[in-house]
Amino acid sequence: MMRLQSLYKKLAQISLCTFAVIAIVLTSFSVYSAPLSIDITYLKLQKQQAPALSNILKMASDSGYQGAKLAIDDSNTTGKFLQQHFALSSYEFTEQQNLLSRLKEEYRSGKSIFILDAPTKVLNEINTWAQNKDILLFNISEFSDVLRESQCLNTILHTAPSNAMKSDALAQWLLYRRLNKVLLVRGETITDIALANSFKRSAKRYGLKIISEKVWSFNTDLRRSAQQEVPLFTQTSKEYDVVYVADNTKDFAEYIPFNTYLPRPVVGSAGLEALSWHTVIEQWGAAQLQTRFNKLTSRQMNEIDFNGYLAVRAVAQAVHKTNSASVKELVNYIKSPEFKLAAYKGRKLSFRSWNGQLRMPIALVQPHGLVSQSPQAGILHPTTELDTLGFDQQESQCKAN
Amino acid sequence: MKIKLLLGLYFISQSLLVNAGELAYITNEKDDNISVIDLEQQKVIKEIPVGQRPRGIIFNHEQSLAYLCASDSDRIQILDLNTEEIVGELPSGEDPETIALHPNGKIIYTSNEDDAILTVIDIASSTVITQIDVGVEPEGLAVSPDGKIVVVTSETTNMVHWIDTNTNKIIANTLVGARPRSVQFTQDNKLLWVSSEIGGDVVVIDVASKEIIKEFSFEIRGIHRDRVQPVGIELSHDGHFAFIALGPANHVAVINRQTMEIEKYLLVGRRVWQLALNEDQSQLLTTNGISGDVSIIDVKKMKVIKSIKVGRYPWGVAIKNSKK
Repeated sequence: MMRLQSLYKKLAQISLCTFAVIAIVLTSFSVYSAPLSIDITYLKLQKQQAPALSNILKMASDSGYQGAKLAIDDSNTTGKFLQQHFALSSYEFTEQQNLLSRLKEEYRSGKSIFILDAPTKVLNEINTWAQNKDILLFNISEFSDVLRESQCLNTILHTAPSNAMKSDALAQWLLYRRLNKVLLVRGETITDIALANSFKRSAKRYGLKIISEKVWSFNTDLRRSAQQEVPLFTQTSKEYDVVYVADNTKDFAEYIPFNTYLPRPVVGSAGLEALSWHTVIEQWGAAQLQTRFNKLTSRQMNEIDFNGYLAVRAVAQAVHKTNSASVKELVNYIKSPEFKLAAYKGRKLSFRSWNGQLRMPIALVQPHGLVSQSPQAGILHPTTELDTLGFDQQESQCKAN
Repeated sequence: MKIKLLLGLYFISQSLLVNAGELAYITNEKDDNISVIDLEQQKVIKEIPVGQRPRGIIFNHEQSLAYLCASDSDRIQILDLNTEEIVGELPSGEDPETIALHPNGKIIYTSNEDDAILTVIDIASSTVITQIDVGVEPEGLAVSPDGKIVVVTSETTNMVHWIDTNTNKIIANTLVGARPRSVQFTQDNKLLWVSSEIGGDVVVIDVASKEIIKEFSFEIRGIHRDRVQPVGIELSHDGHFAFIALGPANHVAVINRQTMEIEKYLLVGRRVWQLALNEDQSQLLTTNGISGDVSIIDVKKMKVIKSIKVGRYPWGVAIKNSKK
């Protein structure tokens, strides 16, 4: 009797074990074979167009969104081989409060990946609300240095380069070309002042001398009188090699080239510009990306589009590699040293651990051609020369998290 | 006695003229033409105008015709190698970049870079048999020597797609390093070599299991690892060597396939792109895009012996055997 009971016990144990093993095997198979669905939400606060002297060159109103859309298409092409599907929904707002309400609503309904096309104020509020939440946020259009240096947003990753990265990119090129003496011209707005300050920091870093600073406050119609006004405005008692213009809305910047008192190259908001993307970028397969974007939208891909593209591709790369839709896992992977994003710039990109900034080469372009790319050859760095652009770890008050 | 002398002279002359008649055809991407290099004289003897943005180039089995992708003209051109004139076209879909011939000589595969498609073409009837949806920006293309599988890489999808040549369906996909560029099968059909330009590595995949069995990363003194961007791959038929073009690192890596170790780095021109061995595997030619020249490497000595200036941005190279 005893032997039979123990036999039954053994049989029960064995069958329980087998059942458990089968269950584990089945669930692990289902984890790998079940299709993954990733939802990404694009939220935009519409900016009020500042009045400018010329309204002819306008940035497309769907900038940013179309870049994200193209990235969704590219990611789904890969995704169909891996059983992963990506979807994008998009909402635009004129009021900050409505954007924030929608964000919270989406989060409550289970969405946790957001692309933000909004200014510093909004990003700050979002960061405060997002503390300790399983959420993945990208800033694609705010270039402000304070977000990378002092007002640290530990929940937000930046695919938009900072003004510091752009100024450093220009400053390295000026150093390389030995254009050391700079006439700095700026507008009166807060953003113009911030841009100018960013350049001053870069100038100091790279040993350039700002021989004079002039503030544009004229009311004249430069469309008719640039040739009269600008030379007088840019006449100084000291020699300069180059003119740097800080004019965020391009109100007067485009009238400076070729009208300066001393015939000199113009850099900054006009002339030679430092950008994460421009139509003229062709190398490392970029021509193919440009073509795909053009086919999708019938226009050219701009910087904000590209930043939006990068954000979605970062998510997709993480999903392809981890085969997971768990935001926590994706965030951990994106912040890990394994994460590498191929972004048509000839090298793999990754996010800075201290301030969430995507490190990247910056293109220096004139309107119809690529002039150079920074970091410039010969600039050295202990770990990666990409960190010579923008706020390096010891220069930022932000800490790795 | 005289006959022996004559025979002796004949054989000596044949061995001296070992490269006689060997011609290398180089597609110049930005010049819309082909440079023809005589390997014995080691210089360009002719330039042949072709369509816009010529890139991939291959021969038919008899080496009487060359097929080349004129990418910006959206067509595959057929070049008669005797008359050196374009004699026809094959339908290719838009923006064909690379091209591969099935061992049966009847079917050509081409990658359509802008449309994420692989096009299968019947040469005799000059018709498209089918188009296969692959990943974004297909480029690397190779048919297994036994003709059973064709593989294509997708540069932005970062995959190798394996396609059954009978059904023309994708049977498997392998994720590789970022921006996979070239693929090459070993002669015994067992292994597939794949280069990843931005990933910076070359992997060897076991064809049966479709799994990566070996990974090579390259370190060259004085060259930043981000500049090491593997593109072209050439495998010697005797199973001894693999040659990898490392792009802006300006070097070719020489891998010993028996020990599976990197043996040497050879400095060639700027932005080395594709490479090809001649018939007896004694010489390796590389196209150097930015310096606009072709390097000739003596394989026995493992040394670069000559640089020959060609057109702007030389891309592909195909070597025609000497006439017998």
